[in-house]
Amino acid sequence: MHIHRFEKLWIGLSLFLIACFIGIVMFGFTVLDLKVPGGDRSGKTVDPKTVMAEGPFSNPGVREAENGEYDVYMLAQKFLFRPSSGQPLVLPKGKRVTFHITSPDVIHGFEVVGTNINAMAIPGQIATFTTIFPKTGTYGVICHEYCGAAHHTMQGQIKVVPASEYDESNLVSTSAN
Amino acid sequence: MTFVDRYPDATRIVKASFIVAFTALGIGGLFGLIQALHRTGTFRGIVSSVQYYDVLTGHGVLLALVFTTFFIVGLYQWGVSRSLEREPENMTFAWSWFWMMTVGTVLTTIAILGGLIPGTEISAAVLYTFYPPLQAHPLFYIGAALLVVGSWLAAADWFWSFRKWRQKNPDATIPLQTYMVLFTMLMWYVCSIGVALEVVVLLIPWSLGLVTNIDPLLPRTLFWYFGHAVVYFWLLPAYFVWYSILPKLSGGRLFSDSLTRIVFILFLLLSTPIGFHHQYADPGITLGYKIWAVISTLLILLPSLMTAFTVISSMEHGARQRGGSGYFAWMGALPWNRPAFVGCALAGIMFAAGGFSGMINASLNIDMLIHNTAWIPGHFHLTVGTASALTFMAITYWILPQLTGRNLKFKKLALAQPYTWFAGMTLMSNALHRAGLAGIPRRVSEPEYRTVTYDPPFGTVSEMQWQVALGGTILFISLIFFLVVVVASWRGGEEGPIDDTLPAPLSGPEHSPKILDNMKLWIGIAIVLVLLAYTLPLADMVMDGLFSPGAPPSPV
Repeated sequence: MHIHRFEKLWIGLSLFLIACFIGIVMFGFTVLDLKVPGGDRSGKTVDPKTVMAEGPFSNPGVREAENGEYDVYMLAQKFLFRPSSGQPLVLPKGKRVTFHITSPDVIHGFEVVGTNINAMAIPGQIATFTTIFPKTGTYGVICHEYCGAAHHTMQGQIKVVPASEYDESNLVSTSAN
Repeated sequence: MTFVDRYPDATRIVKASFIVAFTALGIGGLFGLIQALHRTGTFRGIVSSVQYYDVLTGHGVLLALVFTTFFIVGLYQWGVSRSLEREPENMTFAWSWFWMMTVGTVLTTIAILGGLIPGTEISAAVLYTFYPPLQAHPLFYIGAALLVVGSWLAAADWFWSFRKWRQKNPDATIPLQTYMVLFTMLMWYVCSIGVALEVVVLLIPWSLGLVTNIDPLLPRTLFWYFGHAVVYFWLLPAYFVWYSILPKLSGGRLFSDSLTRIVFILFLLLSTPIGFHHQYADPGITLGYKIWAVISTLLILLPSLMTAFTVISSMEHGARQRGGSGYFAWMGALPWNRPAFVGCALAGIMFAAGGFSGMINASLNIDMLIHNTAWIPGHFHLTVGTASALTFMAITYWILPQLTGRNLKFKKLALAQPYTWFAGMTLMSNALHRAGLAGIPRRVSEPEYRTVTYDPPFGTVSEMQWQVALGGTILFISLIFFLVVVVASWRGGEEGPIDDTLPAPLSGPEHSPKILDNMKLWIGIAIVLVLLAYTLPLADMVMDGLFSPGAPPSPV
């Protein structure tokens, strides 16, 4: 088989480019710790029919975890986020926050506008990911997966405050479990 | 003597397929215009913001599934008949797959349009991805299944012709056009089994109420098992045109026969095992499979980059045959006044841009910036919406005269059409990409939210909105140009000599190793790769029961 030398060069450069792309993704993944949802607790499922009545999602909100970290249990449901629709979800700046998101009805999306926070909320599954908000301010939250007639009204807000001003009374009591 | 005189039976099938394809293109395109005006807030008086989702479903299904599939079966029937020099083996069989696909299309379309008519029980506002627990009318799923199974029979028809040809030509290399058809359809069999299982085993029984609950992740995963390979099902027919016809339209010959075959083999092997890259943001799929999807998705850049080389070098060869010279000046010697060439060349340029945004989508953690934002429709309007759709329209200008025996009418309008499409898509697509970077979501009738302020990295929101609205309008005008040319040329047009010859490649099949024609080997490897990528994740989802964890249906 005859391959022109320019074409051989082109194929070589293409493979090099592909290797660079894979390298960049892996660098971000390992060194910069840029992960994607579904990381640590995959395989754990919930029953969409009872998720609102029992377990941590029956009392959604922010909980304090060990080492000064926080957990957010959130329900994405037609057509609101609990918490963050109506009242903003308040979080401390600079702390590690782990989100746990599920849906009791249909597939929803969870996007924090202007950030790389992005996850699908799928009934039966729990989307888990950890993030840090480095800046204070108000962030918009949007459902970015079509979920029904009022999909375009499904929204919320996250308010990030300095850790020193963070009001612990916002926390949901874990004893409710 | 042209195609219609040599193969009158095949011509009827090709023309019938094109009629359905272009009807779907017209309706789907009109829906696209309505969306561009509605979404941007330019004009919201045609449909309500709830009906928007019925229109969006129609746009996706009629263009991405119906227009593409019908055009492809028409184009491929043409390619098989001319390159094997055979009529279809049995016309009853040929018409049966055509009608199966058409009946399926009509059923699905009825289900979708029902949502726009007040007082009907039928609706299917589930978008073209139809993720459960959103539930459409059963007709929607039954029609979709008929469309897919009909396309399987069409492929079987071409394999039948190939076997008959092989009996008479036991030692010959497979003719290149037939080779491209058969490898596309092998890939189509491998990938569409996923959506067929999803629809037939899970969704049809569920939509009929035979089972109540559904596990949303399993059908979603089966959809994306099919849903990325389907983009290559749209793209490979455009490659078929770029490899086998575009070099001739440029005035030259294909650069290399054997590399063309290698590219199609690579697509057969890599198209299906990469579906998880649509599920990077999904829970329930372990990171290892997502990382494997990153690597194999980026590897599939290779056959597309090889295609860029071959297509451009074939065009350069053509331009130099036409008297072009210099490092870049040869481009001026290309036939920029011939609509079929212009459409294919502009489609190729836009595909390069779409390829770059696709590299971002493929890159796991970088994808989190733009997943499910307007960036995504920005991307695929360059790929399926231009690389495939504009190539299909352009090559119609060259093939249609071979089907009618008459020359094209309104050649100036035909020449204006690809240029207007390019202009409209440049406006719309650049704005959609940038809107996605600002976080503006896709699939939404009113992207303005009380609690959200967008902060675009480039430009302003209002400037992007008018570019999308204006671009969408120009695209619709371009589509009207196309339909006017086709309808006028269908019966009219002067009789006369029709250009229908394709010259041999510079490096021909005599240089192609036999192993490239070994279909059993390549389909075997393709199946192994699919099993490696999908066995364990699917087993995970199925272990707790096909319909569990079950969510109740949510009719829309």
